[in-house]
Amino acid sequence: MSYVIGLKCRECGRLYPKEVINVCEYCFGSIEVDYDYDAIRRTFTKASFANRLASLWRYRELLPIEGEPTVGLSSGWTPLLRAHRLADVLGVRELYVKDDSVSHPTLSFKDRVVSVALTRAKELGFDTVACASTGNLANAVSAHAARAGLKCYVFIPADLEIGKVVASLIYRPTVVAVEGTYDDVNRLCAELSAKYPWAFVNVNIRPYYAEGSKTYGFEIAEQLGWRVPAHIVVPAASGSLITKIAKAFKELQLLGFVNDDPVRLYAAQPEGCSPIVQAIKAGSDIIKPVKPKTIAKSLAIGNPADGYYAAKAILESGGTGEVVTDEEIVDGMKLLAETEGVFTETAGGVTVAAAKQLIEQGAIPRDEPIVICITGNGLKTQEPLLDRPDRVGRPVRIKPNLAAFESALSHQLSGIATKQ
Amino acid sequence: MAVTVRIPTPLQRLTNGQGEVACEGKTVTELLNNLEQRYPGVKERLCDKDGKLRRFVNIFVNEEDIRFLQGDQTAVKDGDEVSIIPAIAGG
Repeated sequence: MSYVIGLKCRECGRLYPKEVINVCEYCFGSIEVDYDYDAIRRTFTKASFANRLASLWRYRELLPIEGEPTVGLSSGWTPLLRAHRLADVLGVRELYVKDDSVSHPTLSFKDRVVSVALTRAKELGFDTVACASTGNLANAVSAHAARAGLKCYVFIPADLEIGKVVASLIYRPTVVAVEGTYDDVNRLCAELSAKYPWAFVNVNIRPYYAEGSKTYGFEIAEQLGWRVPAHIVVPAASGSLITKIAKAFKELQLLGFVNDDPVRLYAAQPEGCSPIVQAIKAGSDIIKPVKPKTIAKSLAIGNPADGYYAAKAILESGGTGEVVTDEEIVDGMKLLAETEGVFTETAGGVTVAAAKQLIEQGAIPRDEPIVICITGNGLKTQEPLLDRPDRVGRPVRIKPNLAAFESALSHQLSGIATKQ
Repeated sequence: MAVTVRIPTPLQRLTNGQGEVACEGKTVTELLNNLEQRYPGVKERLCDKDGKLRRFVNIFVNEEDIRFLQGDQTAVKDGDEVSIIPAIAGG
């Protein structure tokens, strides 16, 4: 059973059938899925969750597929951690970390969008899937395509972190490393999608794909006991995730699952690529593209597809954005690891560091509930840490005997009472 | 010789299904005007009422976004490749 009426242009409202369309033929506006919310309201209630598995598909009525889900049945439903120790450091009362660094199976929030995109791609009759990626998406498309038995091409910038390259190669897709930035990769894929009969998840079937990000927001609300957070800090690359989290909370409010409390959205971007935050700070929805230069490669999108919608949603919510330097990104990664035991990738470092700044500036009040969005895993982006051994430290290397241990750690052991 | 213009899928109905067409002009604006003469209706899809490129249209001259060059006044010459790409992709 599907609740999808069709597709609709976000700009001019023109309607399209639920096929492979990602751009309005008339005004080039963004295409969005149009649901029959009245029908959803009649059948989808909190009672619906009683027998549902803990996966992103528990919100199936609000996802754009026709039949039963076939991909990513174990994806989603990641932990929402109450972050007491990080809250103490930041000086806030109620802080949560939504932790997609442990998403099954590829350790980033991209498992969500790909589960939806590949289920839909199969429904639409595709046997080959593809994507333009800064790494995490390529990992997710490669893994889910392997399990679904689909052919797979992933396109990445040639200078990606090796962890993200290997974590695609292992599933045996065709990995195409493009000599250029992500924006170059994206342009190439837009051109290729016009020529090859493949489902490029974030190009020609993007309207379906992007809806998967809503599940990140649905889960936060459900895990908070059907509440929306007063403040949510989200890393921004294309701007799609923050736009869809806002949509998720609006849909839950529309269905009466949560009350109408306002949610303020905040975008986190690296200083070396911050077109969305620059627009927000200028109070504008005009996005000026940039040439990215940052260690947060998963956020290095200089020409963000949903930048306009993200900036608009953030400004309307009363939120704002902040940028952080490469060194602050490493600080953010370390802080989250040392206080909450979560090893996030560089993008997560951006989010933690930006949240810290926003709290210190007073943009986010200290006595209201705050959620920090962690979307990827640090094991994939080790280079910035390996490049800074003085910041992260080195193992203490010793010979395998007691004397060597005590000699190497003498300064730490001096005050410790031993058993003998 | 002329400038090769790559046409995005949503506009190919106006170019008789062709994904690439040859056009003439010294700037991006002149190129778009020439494109309109050859395939009437194209320009109103790409530009708003004031003739400015729509928010969701990106144009590249030899792989570079014209917003990093001189916008719609960016010069083009014979043999150049121009791509018209919908902005809504990626990420």
